[in-house]
Amino acid sequence: MRLITRVGEWFDHRLQLAAPIREAAGHPVPRNTASWFYVFGSAALTVFLLQLVTGILLALIYVPSAGEAWSSLQALNHQVALGWFIRAMHGWGSNFMVAIVLIHMVQVFLFGAHKYPRELTWVVGVFLLLMTLGMAFSGQVLRFDQDAYWGLGIGASIASRVPIIGPFAVKLMLGGPIIAGATLSRFFALHVFVIPGLLIGFVCLHVLMVLKLGINEWPMPGRIVRRATYEAEYHALTKKDGAPFVPYAIWKDMFFAAFIILAIAACAFYFGPFGPSGQPDPTIIQTAPKPDYFFLWLYALLSLLPPALETPFLLICPPLVILGLILLPFLSGEGEKSWKRRPIAVITVLMIAITLGTFTRMAQFTPWSPHMNAWSGDPVPERYIHGTTALARQGALVFQVKQCRNCHSLGNTGGQRGPTLDSVAVRLTQDQLIRQVIQGGGNMPAYGNNLSPAETTALVAFLETLHPASQGPARDAALDLVLSNGQVKTSGTQP
Amino acid sequence: MSTNTGTAPPAETALSRRGFFMKLGILFNGFAAIVLALPVARFLFSSITRGRGNGYLSWVPLGNVSNFPEGETRMATFRSPLVMPTDGKTVDTACWVRRIAGDQFQVFAINCAHLGCPVRWFQQSGLFMCPCHGGAYYRDGARASGPPERGLFEYPYQIENGVLTIDAGQLPTPGDPVARLTSEKPPCA
Repeated sequence: MRLITRVGEWFDHRLQLAAPIREAAGHPVPRNTASWFYVFGSAALTVFLLQLVTGILLALIYVPSAGEAWSSLQALNHQVALGWFIRAMHGWGSNFMVAIVLIHMVQVFLFGAHKYPRELTWVVGVFLLLMTLGMAFSGQVLRFDQDAYWGLGIGASIASRVPIIGPFAVKLMLGGPIIAGATLSRFFALHVFVIPGLLIGFVCLHVLMVLKLGINEWPMPGRIVRRATYEAEYHALTKKDGAPFVPYAIWKDMFFAAFIILAIAACAFYFGPFGPSGQPDPTIIQTAPKPDYFFLWLYALLSLLPPALETPFLLICPPLVILGLILLPFLSGEGEKSWKRRPIAVITVLMIAITLGTFTRMAQFTPWSPHMNAWSGDPVPERYIHGTTALARQGALVFQVKQCRNCHSLGNTGGQRGPTLDSVAVRLTQDQLIRQVIQGGGNMPAYGNNLSPAETTALVAFLETLHPASQGPARDAALDLVLSNGQVKTSGTQP
Repeated sequence: MSTNTGTAPPAETALSRRGFFMKLGILFNGFAAIVLALPVARFLFSSITRGRGNGYLSWVPLGNVSNFPEGETRMATFRSPLVMPTDGKTVDTACWVRRIAGDQFQVFAINCAHLGCPVRWFQQSGLFMCPCHGGAYYRDGARASGPPERGLFEYPYQIENGVLTIDAGQLPTPGDPVARLTSEKPPCA
């Protein structure tokens, strides 16, 4: 025991680190910050360290070459002992990391911790969020499968839309004219060297500022932040009602960190690693690329924005959002901290959460995409042609052969891109049906060039039978009137 | 000690010998940084400068003209002209070849003009459809519906000794279509 003390003293005589560490550990924090709400920052740090360890372990086997990356992932999954588990830990760790960073950010915002004097801590945090998302995207590229390949194409297509420098940005991003070996290598360099290096530096800054400025006190409604008085008030608070960080507050951080690590391990164990999906061979086009979970909302947004708005939205919104996040502590650096007195802050958080959640959910169904394989050539169910004319049955055949159900559902089977056709005859008259089929419109392609007049007549005859038994098909009232007037006129003149 | 402080000029008013050398040192390091920065920048941006003036493009064969029946649209594959040793299968690219009649062709890029996903040809519907965000194109490549703002990208082609060749080698993107733009045609022309 005495030997250990002496060795420790020998080192500290040279390093002189014991005093600052003791000071940092024992610094007083307001008592009520020892709360379960204050554990997300340390949890994010824990997951980051876990990602560093599992990432290094994966790098022992992974080969960052476009020709071999996919096979090396297969080897990790199937040949190397517990390779699948380390891959799963890294993949689930990435999902947990993004989630915890977002929760941490929301908590900090709702507790007013971005206000004076912690503005820079917030700004550094914004960069940490961006780097976390950068790690999530580049990590998805390193899982070099079909999704990664076409995901890079999507990234390149977005980058190309930047005015003037777009085409150069694409070549810089891809490392050449196409998505190939150089592309994977540079994303490997980003994911393994550049972004982690920056992350380590920014995390140190972030934690240093938390130590120097003190943890945000629990916000009390009515306790107003003023630049002139805040720091004196905070020090008075920690003196009057403070307790040393270790062990008073840290035990909750430690419990939560261990809980998160076990949760990631449990997810990794039960759900396994992510992919890789099909080989990154661009000649295999039977694929429906989708981004990872945390970019699904963007995938949905890109499908639903009006085409003319898309490029301005993509180029203007991200810089505006980032600028807004950076400026936030400078625009609202004083005033109320408590969420109970900041209704707009609470509503903003809820709105963003609901919007992102809705888009994410929609992206899981992709109702905007034609169902490419599922319904092509499925026969029209018998009940729809029961008791119809020969012409309508011929139309049902056209409906089947022309793969209308790729986009339209009938009897709850088929795509959701276009409206369901179970009662289309109630909505559209015969003339409107003909016009819609031939000219398209409202997001439907025109089939005029692809259907013979006979096929169109048959198809419309079939569509006209699609109405509930209790409800007749739509009729053009004006046409009825003209026709009936004509009849009255002719009948009047005849005698 | 005391005599030295009396004779040495104050640092703020005059340039001392050591101050001068420090500034010279900064200048010398700046020079070294520039000397190093030039080759580093050249290396970093080589993927841009190498392809200046569409330098990546060249004519690649797609196969005999007889492989493509008249009035049909078929998939063809070609190998990108620039191949690096670590590229694996990524240099093999697909495209859609439509033989209108005789020597009249249209060769479309596989990449959707929206965000680059692979479009698929549906013979029966007479449409190209994209699995990602639901873009659709007519048989002549014109935009039919969905988010794309334009028709499919089209490669310039020529026929040499009965072999169909296209001018390709670069990923076409909405901001840098590379090949000539397909003209928008009214859908019901």
